[in-house]
Amino acid sequence: MSSTNRITKPHEIVERALELSTADGCVVIADEGSSANLRWAGNALTTNGVTRSRTLTVIATVDGKEGTASGVVSRSAVTADDLEPLVRAAEAAARGAGPAEDAQRLVTGTPASPDFTDAPAETSSAVFADFAPALGEAFARAREGGRELYGFANHELVSTYVGTSTGLRLRHDQPNGTLELNAKSPDRQRSAWAGRSTRDFKDVDPTVLDAELAVRLGWAERKIDLPAGRYETLLPPTAVADLLIYQMWSAAARDAVEGRTVFSKPGGGTRLGEKLSELPLSLRSDPNAPGLESAPFVIAHSSGDDASVFDNGLPVPATEWIADGHLNRLSTTRHTAGLTGMQLSPGFGNLILDAGGEKSLDEMVAATERGLLLTCLWYIREVDPATLLLTGLTRDGVYLVENGQVVGEVNNFRFNESPVDLLSRASEAGRTEKTLPREWSDWFTRAAMPALRIPDFNMSSVSKGV
Amino acid sequence: MIGATGSDHGRTSVPHSIDAAFAALPLRALADAALARARALGAEHADFRLERIRSASWRLRDAKPAGGSDTTDLGYAVRVVHGGSWGFASGVDLTMDAAAKVASQAVAMAKLSAQVIKAAGSDERVELADEPVHADRTWISAYDVNPFEVPDAEKAALLADWSARLLAADGVAHVDASLLAVHENKFYADTAGTSTTQQRVRIHPQLTAVAVNGTTGEFDSMRTIAPPAGRGWEYLTGTGWDWNSELEQIPGLLAEKMRAPSVEAGRYDLVVDPSNLWLTIHESIGHATELDRALGYEAAYAGTSFATFDQLNKLKYGSPIMNVTGDRTAEHGLATVGFDDEGVQAQSWDLVKDGTLVGYQLDRRIAKLTGLGRSNGCAFADSPGHVPVQRMANVSLQPDPGGLSTEDLIGGVERGIYVVGDRSWSIDMQRYNFQFTGQRFFRIENGRLAGQLRDVAYQATTTDFWGSMEKVGGPQTYVLGGAFNCGKAQPGQVAAVSHGCPSALFRDVNILNTTQEAGR
Repeated sequence: MSSTNRITKPHEIVERALELSTADGCVVIADEGSSANLRWAGNALTTNGVTRSRTLTVIATVDGKEGTASGVVSRSAVTADDLEPLVRAAEAAARGAGPAEDAQRLVTGTPASPDFTDAPAETSSAVFADFAPALGEAFARAREGGRELYGFANHELVSTYVGTSTGLRLRHDQPNGTLELNAKSPDRQRSAWAGRSTRDFKDVDPTVLDAELAVRLGWAERKIDLPAGRYETLLPPTAVADLLIYQMWSAAARDAVEGRTVFSKPGGGTRLGEKLSELPLSLRSDPNAPGLESAPFVIAHSSGDDASVFDNGLPVPATEWIADGHLNRLSTTRHTAGLTGMQLSPGFGNLILDAGGEKSLDEMVAATERGLLLTCLWYIREVDPATLLLTGLTRDGVYLVENGQVVGEVNNFRFNESPVDLLSRASEAGRTEKTLPREWSDWFTRAAMPALRIPDFNMSSVSKGV
Repeated sequence: MIGATGSDHGRTSVPHSIDAAFAALPLRALADAALARARALGAEHADFRLERIRSASWRLRDAKPAGGSDTTDLGYAVRVVHGGSWGFASGVDLTMDAAAKVASQAVAMAKLSAQVIKAAGSDERVELADEPVHADRTWISAYDVNPFEVPDAEKAALLADWSARLLAADGVAHVDASLLAVHENKFYADTAGTSTTQQRVRIHPQLTAVAVNGTTGEFDSMRTIAPPAGRGWEYLTGTGWDWNSELEQIPGLLAEKMRAPSVEAGRYDLVVDPSNLWLTIHESIGHATELDRALGYEAAYAGTSFATFDQLNKLKYGSPIMNVTGDRTAEHGLATVGFDDEGVQAQSWDLVKDGTLVGYQLDRRIAKLTGLGRSNGCAFADSPGHVPVQRMANVSLQPDPGGLSTEDLIGGVERGIYVVGDRSWSIDMQRYNFQFTGQRFFRIENGRLAGQLRDVAYQATTTDFWGSMEKVGGPQTYVLGGAFNCGKAQPGQVAAVSHGCPSALFRDVNILNTTQEAGR
């Protein structure tokens, strides 16, 4: 009916899709997104953009003799006229899929979000109103100082509305901003990087970051060649975040019980309860962590090893994955919690590592007799799931520390290391601070980590890359 | 002409039309509204791109449905050059007013860029290389059966059957199965008069068998080596890959791998199968010959390249038998198109000739900037919400026309390893230092395979590795490998790309033992 064209508000679209459902159960997720970005290279802007997106995901569940099936269909740019075909497509997908192994009763009882009927939040290029001129100023300073700046600033806002046939009406607004700044010498033989995550670009200043990078490029004026080997190494918070994010991706309870992850115990069972670190480490996620806020309920657009569409709307509690150095939780859906007999521990939208350390990275450098200070890690990939051996490279500055001082820049290295082993060998953790994971910032930006001191980090070979 | 079955190249015998629902969208009207607004606001160049991309996945775990999705992304983008600066905006409302508004936003972004450029004291201006006008052109990729026209139940049943076959074998504890399929429609129009309508289909089935030793806790896996392909459902039913044969072999290969000895680290001669070599080509040649990277436009993210522009026609990339092409025309290639996202017609060209760097991958801006003349058609955006960036063509190592079989290449090795299938990959930001693993590593002794090895990784520097290539196999060993998920740019974009190659023999390559690397 053409009259339905007047439905444009996300909550109305959710309600209408639920009304149209003829399945045994239905979950509707409306994502309204906006973004603005600036990208630059060699002290000049290269590309930019503003976008709007609208995606509706319909999850139909169909009961049958052998179990309940689910069908998931998503469409962008949905108008009211598209709703009925979309709902029918999800229902057809469910009927064609066969019983879903993760089938559960749809969630009930999560209190409705008070702003469910409000308009979506939105960002625009206005978010850069103060930042863009400051960036131009940073370009000018860099040019005067003999530096080239490369980087990317991105801000996005997604308002997610979740409605279910069991009565849930939930909404979450997720702002997500990142700033990455890379400074190079004009001959590109020296390179330094800094990154920040931000919710609104009010707390980041590119001229301040450029000044930090100028210092690091200065450190790099003295070059020191070191061979491959094991070195005492200070991993900065961004590097720790990248390694532990990967560890969490490998922390699905079901896989561990099945004997196919680093958290499987030889002979059966899991390593839950095992001491992973001599340090009093706490690795946790908390939707309400200040400055790192994430969705307080499950939003699952598809099922996978650590997510289930049937869990949509389930409250996400604060979870301590490692407690006092011991493996405390593995991730579960309601289905895999039932399979494994473990506690329900759905997903994570942020990650916080804390060992009670109080030293800043500078203070850890000052307390180093001889060691390497990394800037960040790059191209991290899994080599062996049994040990969670990861490979990757150092990037944008490896510095040699002697007697508490940075004395020069070392060549880059390829590393082969397992984060689980690193936690067991870490001899010191610094102060936990908000950080931007360099490698995974496309997907995961909300992290707070300390720097870690590793007595024998495995630099497997030398990389000539700068 | 929209809806026609006319072709430029790369067609099979099965004719298709542009999807009727896509063709029925107000493509031209929206483009006209956007381009007219951009012109009225003073844009020197404007292009409009409307895309509909349907992507679906089906996953089975131990032969049971374990999640799937079916996502359609529909929207449009306007990109302008205004006042010498880029501006880009995208939208989803399919009305002329909305399209015009998005064009206004793109111009506003260009003005914002100009402000920053001015504040920085720069005089850089965006200019584009000339391209002939291609008016009302249509191109459709080579496939027989649109996978989205096959009932989901049939897909699930086939994957379940394949999974069950593997699960029934001794020693197979678990099986993961997945199928990805994409149907992409794209309409492009620009202020020069080019307009193109295209349709592409691609598919990627994959099965992994897992073995677990309950006593020792050791586990390992063996994955199919069938590459993703620019084909339709026929790829799963006998065209382009022998699934029955591959599935039959996997349990035995996995059992042998579980019993295999750990490799002794050291230097070995390698015969690398196309199922592994494609990824080494992708990382060490494909990305390294992207000229935007070499010039620094990816420096902060994906990195730069050791193959800098000053080394064109000089850099000794590898041994004299090394010949590599960039190709956007290869049949069933994942990066094969009729026209790129700047309206440039697809081409094929040399990147490495007789071991020397002789070419790069280009888009229109980079082609103009470097004085290389015409773009070779490597602009691509993975969605209507993203700006086109210079992305990889199908980059392929050419076989020796009279070259040896894989068996004969192995026959020329006294002590070495035959590497099959890809697994782990990583390379540095200038594409020097890489480390790769694989699915299967076979010991070679006196020219014969002598059982599998475990815990193997090969590590090298790009030019050393390609310099050590002593022989490339013949056309009978050539396979078009590839991936759906090549990442690049900020905001991050993924692109599908194929890499063809023969088997090849490399001498004296560094082999690591990954267990020792883990300190065990």
